[in-house]
Amino acid sequence: MIRTLLKSLRGHKKASLATILLSVLEVLMEIIIPLCMADLIDFGINLGDMTAVWKYAAALFLLALTELAVGMLSARLGARASAGFAANLRQDMYDNVQTLAFSNIDKLSAASIVTRLTTDVTNIQNAYQMLIRMAIRGPIMIIFSMIVSFRTNASIALVFLAIIPIMAVILSFVVLKVRPIFERVFRTYDDLNNVVQENLRGIRVVKSFNQEEHEIKKFKGISQRIYEYFGKGERLIALNSPLMQTCMYTCMILISWIGAKAILASGNDPALGLTTGDLTALITYAIQILTSLMMLSMVFAMLTIANSSAERIAELLNEKTDIAEPEHAVFEVRDGEICFENVSFSYASKADKKVLDGVNLHIASGQSVGIVGATGSSKSSLVQLIPRLYDVTEGRVTLGGVDVRDYDLNTLRGAVAMVLQKNELFSGTVAENLRWGNEDATLEEIKEACHMAQADEFISAMPDGYETHIEQGGANVSGGQKQRLCIARALLKKPKVLILDDSTSAVDTRTDALISNALKEYIPDTTKIIIAQRVSSVQSADMIIVMDDGRISAVGTHEKLLETCPIYREVFESQQKGGNDE
Amino acid sequence: MKEHKRFNPDTVKRLFTYLKPHRWALVFVTVCIIVSSVASAASSMFLQVLIDDYIVPMLGMDNPVLTGLVHALITMGAIYAIGALASWIYNRRMVTIAQSALKCIRDDMFTKMQRLPIRYFDAHTHGDTMSLYTNDTDTLRQMIAQSLAQLISSICTIVAVFFCMLYISVWLTAVVCVVVFIILCISKIVIKRSGAYFAAQQRSIADLDAYVEEMINGQKVIKVFCHEEQAKTGLGKLNCIWETNAAKANGHANSMMPMLNAFGYVQYAVIALIGGYMAIAGTANLGLLGFNVLSLGKIASFLTLSRSFINPISQIANQANSIITALAGAQRIFDFMDEEPETDDGYVTLVNVCDENGELMECSERTGLWAWKHPHHDGTLTYTRLEGRIVLDHVDFGYLPDKDVLHDITLYAEPGQKIAFVGATGAGKTTIANLINRFYDVSDGKIRYDGININKIKKADLRRSLGIVLQDVNLFTGTVMENLRYGNADATDEQCIAAAKLANADGFIRMLPQGYDTVLKGDGSGLSQGQRQLISIARAAVADPPVMILDEATSSIDTRTEALVQAGMDRLMKGRTVFVIAHRLSTVQNSDVIMVLDHGSIIERGSHDMLIGKKGVYYRLYTGAFELE
Repeated sequence: MIRTLLKSLRGHKKASLATILLSVLEVLMEIIIPLCMADLIDFGINLGDMTAVWKYAAALFLLALTELAVGMLSARLGARASAGFAANLRQDMYDNVQTLAFSNIDKLSAASIVTRLTTDVTNIQNAYQMLIRMAIRGPIMIIFSMIVSFRTNASIALVFLAIIPIMAVILSFVVLKVRPIFERVFRTYDDLNNVVQENLRGIRVVKSFNQEEHEIKKFKGISQRIYEYFGKGERLIALNSPLMQTCMYTCMILISWIGAKAILASGNDPALGLTTGDLTALITYAIQILTSLMMLSMVFAMLTIANSSAERIAELLNEKTDIAEPEHAVFEVRDGEICFENVSFSYASKADKKVLDGVNLHIASGQSVGIVGATGSSKSSLVQLIPRLYDVTEGRVTLGGVDVRDYDLNTLRGAVAMVLQKNELFSGTVAENLRWGNEDATLEEIKEACHMAQADEFISAMPDGYETHIEQGGANVSGGQKQRLCIARALLKKPKVLILDDSTSAVDTRTDALISNALKEYIPDTTKIIIAQRVSSVQSADMIIVMDDGRISAVGTHEKLLETCPIYREVFESQQKGGNDE
Repeated sequence: MKEHKRFNPDTVKRLFTYLKPHRWALVFVTVCIIVSSVASAASSMFLQVLIDDYIVPMLGMDNPVLTGLVHALITMGAIYAIGALASWIYNRRMVTIAQSALKCIRDDMFTKMQRLPIRYFDAHTHGDTMSLYTNDTDTLRQMIAQSLAQLISSICTIVAVFFCMLYISVWLTAVVCVVVFIILCISKIVIKRSGAYFAAQQRSIADLDAYVEEMINGQKVIKVFCHEEQAKTGLGKLNCIWETNAAKANGHANSMMPMLNAFGYVQYAVIALIGGYMAIAGTANLGLLGFNVLSLGKIASFLTLSRSFINPISQIANQANSIITALAGAQRIFDFMDEEPETDDGYVTLVNVCDENGELMECSERTGLWAWKHPHHDGTLTYTRLEGRIVLDHVDFGYLPDKDVLHDITLYAEPGQKIAFVGATGAGKTTIANLINRFYDVSDGKIRYDGININKIKKADLRRSLGIVLQDVNLFTGTVMENLRYGNADATDEQCIAAAKLANADGFIRMLPQGYDTVLKGDGSGLSQGQRQLISIARAAVADPPVMILDEATSSIDTRTEALVQAGMDRLMKGRTVFVIAHRLSTVQNSDVIMVLDHGSIIERGSHDMLIGKKGVYYRLYTGAFELE
């Protein structure tokens, strides 16, 4: 997992290494400076030697300057390395998402991909910065402080050796205890966000059913749980600081006792043994060692939190697309002839129920085809196999006489324009959205496509026409307008095959008919596949397919199906009458 | 969302109101913090006492007596123990205080959200509101939980150490103060600069998040249009801007600490020099207790003290940025809480009644018979039977004051009638429904329910008497049964199942892995659009209201299923007043009255046959579907 993540470090390896090296220098400073301070007292003030005081003070000043330079450089490099690492991770994940197939996205879920690209990356950025700037400091600090302490006075330094393991054990105990509690906290956070999101989306439902109090109660239940879990976790963490104090104070008293005796023995003579200056320095080291331990425990705690983020990111980076590019790809699509040969399909390989079962179908190039059938009869699944949004489980689908799996993916999808059932517009102007279909489209071409999709009229009526800004998700256009824009966008691709998956459900019947007519008239050579709820939308098609439970139950023209297919007749009649009158 | 860069004292004051219930706990915490600070100050003083009083005097002795030293150490040990204990207690208490304050803030925010008018949700994106609960509350949590205790403790330490320093030497303290002043001035400049970078970072991360969210949700469209490369470049650009800003902001914030440290060392050297000269020259030293001689131990102690003085100041300066960010978040939260709530001046309520010899009597148990309880100015009460008669009387309405969406709408819906609205998107069909259940209030004219102006009816009671099925179905996380029971918490399982059968939802629900106990997640994402719509219809049926509004309820169901649903709905509609909004004419043909809306006005009304006979707009719409022939 860590190796996967580190691959994204790339150009920031040097900065990371430099940060680590600089942090080693910083530690050295933090060790030398107290030594210098002690010497200043011992050899300067103590002996009344002002030249020595000046010497040490000057040294201290220089050291402080060095510390400033090193510290600031390491701070900047560290920040740059971690921000760069985070940016690379995000880009790598996003790039990988672009290669993924629909089935991968279904499996991972859009919401979870978004979390990985946002919150998880931020967690890693913070943890990485902490890691390269702090993690190395703690151990080095401890080791150096120990060495110097031992050299100053071995018997006193033994006190550290006794205290450190005790403290380390207790700290790691706290961290280990805290970890599962915080994992629970984060899960509860998800619940909380979920309730808020559901309420934002469904506020009309909540209000119409008078469920405000019920929702508040639900929310309070969750926020109470967060309060409890968080409190529990943080109370455990609250042990850290007093624990450190206890250790520090114990150390100080022990050092003072042993130190006092040693000073008395040496007569405060540096040549003979411990001096008061040494004692001051020893106590400073004691504090430094314990602070480093605290810092290490913090880094450790942070890493445990970042760990789950790292796992999620690695999972996305390692996700392989379910749809492979062929080795010897075909780069040209002859025409819009489509053939389904014994096609079976299921969304998950282990699912026992086939969504499509033994479908055989031939559509000639330029034909218009309507598909009708009940919800769940796999109409969408059938057409999604044509641009290889999913791959068949058995059998094969051909386009222009070539298996769709043999085409270059961009070629195939460029030739097949599909308007999805759940379609999206993106923030940007109308023209920008439409140019998704063809980046180089001229305004004339755009207008022509909109004219066909019956969108020209309402776009022209908008305040800024084709330059009108579309809000995120197309929030400022109505459902019907959005659908027409999506159709125009698909038309701009000048496709060989056009698939409209229930794309006119929010458009009124008259406009729907106008669109169908325009398609027939303007793009006669394009194969048109239209999935619809309304028989009226497909009535005039060259061929109508009636789907039932993953199988094709009938194929024919409107007139023929009215005679031969009871399902079709039933649907048609119900729509003619308007509901089942009793 | 508005940006509040400047420090706002009202925000702090308001934040403190959430801490008010804990004021005694806070006082207790402060006491503990003081005890702990005193102990830690004592620990730096201790070294001086130890050296000067116990070690130096014994230096020359042949047989030093250590009992004094032992006593001193034991006393210190006791002080330390109390200090550590106090620190543990205040850390624990502080967590509880912070978390319960946050709980209150979250609860208040959500409660407020439930009280806001629909207008608010129209004007604000979900993302903006969501980030109040996530980003803003989170930064606030960090501030209250971590910074607040540290702030109190830092201030206590600073004050305590300050007096200790004065006790040793006034002159040297003055020197420290000058250095601290310089440090503060420089920090202020750095904080200001890094604050600007932080703001830039926040903005670019917001842009980045918005882009990611939009693109990932439209990922399938990206694939269908082979737009992968453009999407990558789009992210790359934003990512790059963010990287620069984040590196700068963090770089500045990180360099704060080494900078402050370096100043601390310089200060140390300066004090040592001045102190050294004073000690060697034997200058008269002014302590808090008068003039004395600056001893060796005193300088050592003073140096340690000066570190303890600078450290908390550095810590506060170091956290300045996160405190400012948190306060900006708090300001946004409070702005949200100050939004105008949905008002309700209604006083007419819906009560259960029983019919006693033609007279309606209020009763507490459910009788199945409902009436409007209408108190009048003269103190009398009248009961009007709930029937479902709705009258719109010359209603005008506009979402914005200067732009009317509906003009002069008048209609009468008798109990049990089916009224349909037909018209192009944007003609104002849904707006009428929004006015009847008072998501919005009419600008002019009146709406009457059973003869009572709906402005007089309490909103909760009005909405209880109206069932609504919308085109966009919203289900909630929970079992199917819980979702069905949403409109009527008292409904029995049998009633819910009966309603599901009525809406033809029973069949597929039973096919779900756990039947009615299947847990729905993520807005019922495992179900098809049609199935979700069936559940929402059954949900409305469980609520059993006398008036139903079906807003494009069947447009996402295929026509074959629609026929089944229609059959269920016809059963459901029996005896109820129903408003149907549809663009599919087949669903409205059997309505008692069809209203054709165009640009906010009713341009035709009548039954299907009548309108067809009239050969007007409806006729053209109706026949338009068959022009294909």
